[in-house]
Amino acid sequence: MRIPFLLLLRNTRKTDRARGSDTPVFLKAMAPRGAAFALLGALALTGCRQDMHDQPRYRPFAATDFFGDRRASRPAIPGTVARGMLKTDTGYWTGKAAGKEVERYPLPLTREVLERGRDRFNIYCQPCHGAAGYGNGIIVTRGLKNPPSYHTDALREAPIGHFVDVMTNGSGSMLSYASRVPVRDRWAIAAYIRVLQQSQNVKAGDLSAEERQKVNAPEARAAEPKKEAAH
Amino acid sequence: MSQIFRPSSNAVSKISLLVVVLTVGFLGWALWGLAYSPFATRSKIPFDQPVPFSHKHHVGGLGIDCRYCHPVVERTAFAGMPATETCMSCHTMIWTNAPMLEPVRQSWATGKSLEWNRVHDLPGFVYFNHSIHVNKGIGCQSCHGRVDQMPLMYQVNTLYMDWCLECHRNPEKYVRPRDKVYQMDYEYPANQAEVGARLVAEYKIQKFTDCYTCHR
Repeated sequence: MRIPFLLLLRNTRKTDRARGSDTPVFLKAMAPRGAAFALLGALALTGCRQDMHDQPRYRPFAATDFFGDRRASRPAIPGTVARGMLKTDTGYWTGKAAGKEVERYPLPLTREVLERGRDRFNIYCQPCHGAAGYGNGIIVTRGLKNPPSYHTDALREAPIGHFVDVMTNGSGSMLSYASRVPVRDRWAIAAYIRVLQQSQNVKAGDLSAEERQKVNAPEARAAEPKKEAAH
Repeated sequence: MSQIFRPSSNAVSKISLLVVVLTVGFLGWALWGLAYSPFATRSKIPFDQPVPFSHKHHVGGLGIDCRYCHPVVERTAFAGMPATETCMSCHTMIWTNAPMLEPVRQSWATGKSLEWNRVHDLPGFVYFNHSIHVNKGIGCQSCHGRVDQMPLMYQVNTLYMDWCLECHRNPEKYVRPRDKVYQMDYEYPANQAEVGARLVAEYKIQKFTDCYTCHR
């Protein structure tokens, strides 16, 4: 940086005057300064280095030549157990204990759990299983074989652990969702599947008088504000 | 001894003043334009990918939720890229012979990762966290644009600091209800000023503009 600044500061007028040139001296005087400015500009441009932008560290899932599989995010070494993840309670973690599907819901069952289940169901299950669980989701219209409907006697009577087992280990052509849906959410979804089953299998006698009136008056139902479709 | 300045110097000096002003102005304008152009920001340019994955088809057409493929966006800084398993959840059964999907099948068979090209490439000194943004009611679309209309993914915004700060200074203009975060066609209500202010209070959104909020 020192040299260009010296050029800028150097007063050249004296020497030009001495030479007795016809060219206006101030123009001549500007020439070296102009050159200095150009040089400064060029230096500023070469200053555009990207070292801070592209730091020598890896971001999640970045590629690397260092490892044979080209993954900077290293898979856990087999047998690694994260704190609190020993998963001794196989019933909770897989829906199955000693080869038997869990019968009892292992978490406190609250409205929040059911709402969480609905939310997760609509993200991960609804594309194939359909919003009401008839196995008619949008992917089915694109050529997927119908997944089974939840509204069959076999599935109504299946233990709650069955659904968690299917989500955890997959079933038939359905792959495992364990890597995408944490176990707590899998149980929440299972609870919501029970809600769906109940919603499609209510006897008229189980309804209150008011609810029955609603069902019997379709025009009243149509006038109700439509529930917003899950996005 | 000749005069230093001849009469014509007047004109020359006036014109050169004008030229200097115009040149500086033009250079400033050109640099500004260049800095905000797709050339510099890499925005509006679809990226080549190993598989021409279409968000338009999967999100716009099929209505699959963002979180189906980016499942950790609510929990971690990185939104998460789908494992090959996620693609194969459907594509073991549909489009099983599509040549386009050959790299996915290869990855599934060999266990090698698909190597996607990063579209939103923040500088290394920026520590962006997805989870806090989506949990505080900032929609995917606010930063990523109408992903559901993009056949190939591209960046919509500049990702410049002034763009980040615009929202960090005025979150009430951009916040939306939490249950609308993943909705692509959300339209802000006419009274967004009120709604936004209410949501900012409800979600306890703080106007973080300290350097260390994003730079560590």
